[in-house]
Amino acid sequence: MFIINCPYCGEREQSEFKAGGEAHIIRPKQPTELSDDQWAEYLFMRKNIKGIQFERWVHTHGCRKWFNVVRDTSNDDIKAIYKMGEKPPII
Amino acid sequence: MVKNLRVKTSKFIDETYKISFKFNGTTYYGYKGDTLASALLANDIHLVGRSFKYHRPRGIMTAGSEEPNAIVQLHNNTSRTEPNVRATEVEIYEGLEASSQNCWPSVNFDIGGINNFLSPVLPAGFYYKTFMWPASFWEKYEYFIRKSAGLGKSPTKPDPDIYEHKYIHCDVLVVGAGISGIMAAKTAAKNGFKTLLVDEKSYLGGSTIYQNSELFKINNQVSSSWLEKEINEIKKFANLEIRTRTSVAAFHGYNFLLARENLTDHLPLDQRNNKTRQRLLKIRAKKVITATGSLERPLIFDNNDRPGILLSSAIEKYANFFGVACGQKNILFTNNDSAYETAISLFQKGIHIEAIIDNREDIDSKLIKETEKNNIKIYKGYTIINTTGYKRINKIIIMQLSKDGQKVVGSKKSITCDCLGVAGGWTPAVHLFTQSGGKLKFRDEDQVFIPNKYPSDQISIGSCNGDFTLNEILSSIPEILKDFLNIKKTDYDNLEVQSSFNKSKRNIWLLPSDKIIGKTKPFVDYQNDATAKDIKLALREGFRSIEHVKRYTTTGMGTDQGKLGNMHALGIISETAGSKMGELGTTTFRPPYTPLTFGTIVGRNVGEYFDIFRRTPIHDWHIKNNAEFENVGQWKRAWYYPKNGENMHEAVQRESKAARDSAGILDASTLGKIDIQGTDASEFLNRVYTNAWSKLSIGKCRYGLMLNEDGMVYDDGVTTRLDENHYIMTTTTGGAATVLGKLEDYLQTEWPELDVYLTSVTDHYATISVCGPNSKKIVSTVIPDLDFSDESFPHMSFKNAKIDKIKCRVMRISFTGEHSYEINVQANYGKSVWEKCIEVGKEFNITPYGTETMHLLRAEKGFIIVGQDTDATMTPIDLQMDWIVSKKKYDFIGKRSLYRSDTIKEDRKQLVGLLTENPDEVLEEGAQIVADVKKTPVEMLGHVTSSYYSPNLKKSIALGVIRGGKNMLGQKLIIPMENKQINVTVADPVFLDKENKRLNA
Repeated sequence: MFIINCPYCGEREQSEFKAGGEAHIIRPKQPTELSDDQWAEYLFMRKNIKGIQFERWVHTHGCRKWFNVVRDTSNDDIKAIYKMGEKPPII
Repeated sequence: MVKNLRVKTSKFIDETYKISFKFNGTTYYGYKGDTLASALLANDIHLVGRSFKYHRPRGIMTAGSEEPNAIVQLHNNTSRTEPNVRATEVEIYEGLEASSQNCWPSVNFDIGGINNFLSPVLPAGFYYKTFMWPASFWEKYEYFIRKSAGLGKSPTKPDPDIYEHKYIHCDVLVVGAGISGIMAAKTAAKNGFKTLLVDEKSYLGGSTIYQNSELFKINNQVSSSWLEKEINEIKKFANLEIRTRTSVAAFHGYNFLLARENLTDHLPLDQRNNKTRQRLLKIRAKKVITATGSLERPLIFDNNDRPGILLSSAIEKYANFFGVACGQKNILFTNNDSAYETAISLFQKGIHIEAIIDNREDIDSKLIKETEKNNIKIYKGYTIINTTGYKRINKIIIMQLSKDGQKVVGSKKSITCDCLGVAGGWTPAVHLFTQSGGKLKFRDEDQVFIPNKYPSDQISIGSCNGDFTLNEILSSIPEILKDFLNIKKTDYDNLEVQSSFNKSKRNIWLLPSDKIIGKTKPFVDYQNDATAKDIKLALREGFRSIEHVKRYTTTGMGTDQGKLGNMHALGIISETAGSKMGELGTTTFRPPYTPLTFGTIVGRNVGEYFDIFRRTPIHDWHIKNNAEFENVGQWKRAWYYPKNGENMHEAVQRESKAARDSAGILDASTLGKIDIQGTDASEFLNRVYTNAWSKLSIGKCRYGLMLNEDGMVYDDGVTTRLDENHYIMTTTTGGAATVLGKLEDYLQTEWPELDVYLTSVTDHYATISVCGPNSKKIVSTVIPDLDFSDESFPHMSFKNAKIDKIKCRVMRISFTGEHSYEINVQANYGKSVWEKCIEVGKEFNITPYGTETMHLLRAEKGFIIVGQDTDATMTPIDLQMDWIVSKKKYDFIGKRSLYRSDTIKEDRKQLVGLLTENPDEVLEEGAQIVADVKKTPVEMLGHVTSSYYSPNLKKSIALGVIRGGKNMLGQKLIIPMENKQINVTVADPVFLDKENKRLNA
């Protein structure tokens, strides 16, 4: 179990948070314009990286805020944490 | 006659404090400070248990938590009974009762012992090979195998003891309080780190604390005296916390460790009342120093498991620490210098040593010279090839080793003895290090695995790091600590150390014998009865991976996790397979390091605290009125209210009829409620529900369906517009938290530009639903100041009102199809308003009904329950609810998915009504629906999702999902059951009042 530095609350145990999957997948602004394949790309296709992954996390048992985490999935090393809407760091 | 083998007084034993205890029914005595093992040995008892498979007599083998053999059952036949307790760890107390395990009728005469003679036909994998055929016989085999297998007995009653959990945060955690741990803890504390020192034993100082030899000195003091002073000093630091009897069970990633602290197990029974028995410590440390020491290895030869055979280091500890002689004619068998330390200790205590067998030929060291001075016979270059003595060793047989160590030469010689100490060198206790994700490396020169790569901010020091001699330990630690703690100096920078230990060692994993391997029993895993022969058999049968060999032979799979024999197993495998040690890797060391009780794991989360119960504000009334309850998520909901001995069916039929004939009342407080405010609230609802919301006027309610982005129905409920920018949304009881989470997700991450605020108010309101033809009369009496005319207060509308001084929100909405009202009041007024409704409703026979009747009533009306009639594969179209999906809205969550090629298929499972041919026959929910039972394989068309007997329609009704069901109206289908087939007709899912006359009545 690792520690996550919530950008709103500070360092807390991982058990207070919930992972929300891959980050920076933007919901299409005009879904009706998309083909089945394009929509499926948004809906289903996710990377499952062993290594550095950009993810969404939410402080469920805390401030309930969503934010982004850059995590090495092979050893849970957290490289960066930044708020929603902020630019992802270059790692 | 019981012998007393207590020798010279030890300062760790209080001989003025005599303690009586029972072992296998007989009363014995020991002293304060004894473990069960040391007290038994003082009474000359070695035979403690029987082995798992062959039921061979087994004795105490070690003096610590690595004990494989001496496991006992404590407090037999009580609710506190505990199996698999290591006698070497139990501190004796007045009233202790222990008994042997895995033997019947007694440890001295065990019928299962016949397995020992059957052992030629019970090789590794015996069960796998024998009980496979015929497959249908397995149930019969299993019955007998289960009866004869298993270690110890579980308690049958609830655990009466108290357990708890505690979080500890520290800068430096030191695991193990031997000489290395003490040095580390003192250095950390002295440099201002908030330090925690834990040790599984009841005392500090590890094995150094009972070393009294003049041959080992630190700064010119005997090592134990030097260490004692250090221990006294560390006790003075305010920033150093010491917890003894605390065993670290698990070392997880990022320096998160779990430890079990034993608080009362050593106390007399009458001093334990109302005290916490064990505590689970959840430790988060910035830095971890592992100083867990090392475990002595046994030696692997024929019949190396007899009672009376112990580790040499254990014999030394029993003599030095407990003042107990393990035997009167002792022999030591070694491949290194450690046994000579034991020999000198025993000699000092006046314990007779018959001989020392050393497999090394040309050896010389200060220790050996010292030993020879005491006229102890040393057989150099010899090995033990066999032992005799069924319940206690009485003889060893030795032969000379060949130069290459591969075979034995010369003639046999036997020596009588009553105790044999074996010293096979040392294995660093790297269990915790590897649990944390650390990687090991193999050191060829002395054949040990030592820590290599640290995954977190941690370090291993002392003998768990492969530094075995006092010299090595004391010279390496200061440098390691300076680097690790980032400090300039330690108190130990210029220690003067005098150590007589020579590091030479002749490592032979499996000692040669004069017999072929098939005729010998050299045990590698004592607890699971796995021998070197079994390992070789596994290799012959083609197993290569260490993990496979482990599972096939069960080596290392006992409660001791093979702490003693795992290295030998690896060694024998690599020798036989011709691979290099280190390349094979090791099996995974899994937590816990020593077994944990369930009580410790669970802590205070027992009984009603196991999970949270959520109760509505009206809960007490339901109890008083005889309600049966149903768990819905964490909620306790009134299920039905049996009267005069009614069963569930009878109660539900009565409640359902009353609700339609006159009036029913339901506690709906558990429905999820989300308060939505903000200038973009309408737009937000437009995006999350399938239907349109912008035109809903203030004071009106609307039913909404929420989808996932994949188009599948996720939740439903009624949302009311309270004001221009203010809504109250209701969700299903079970979905409340996830719906709020999902809405927050979209608000924060997809549409942060929307001005919307969400607040969960589920617990803030009590919701009372009154339905039935007389509901208006009742509610209008309860709330006299409100205009209840249909013009002013039509179906799907809302009004603010007051009941006396209590503010309330009244919605005219219905989940039953009846004219009905929902009254929402602040939670703490819920019960009084409910009681008022009951009081006023008396003249109309107002009938409280529970969730079961609610389900029945809504099924009559064809209303779905999300999660019962849907299962995350149903779109609104599948539910025949096309009417709720807005065609005009450009977008909402899940819209695009509703016309994916997959979701527009005609033959998806669709919701339909089902009527049975025999109107009294009620279908089973979950039953399969088919068209043709003769076709093979039978084609499953769908299944029944809801089914009831409707007292209002006087027939059985059901909802189900059927492939292409939408176009099957009137078609006859079959529900095959175990003993019969039920004929059904596909019907409209709305069974009652299709015209909504009742709603608007």
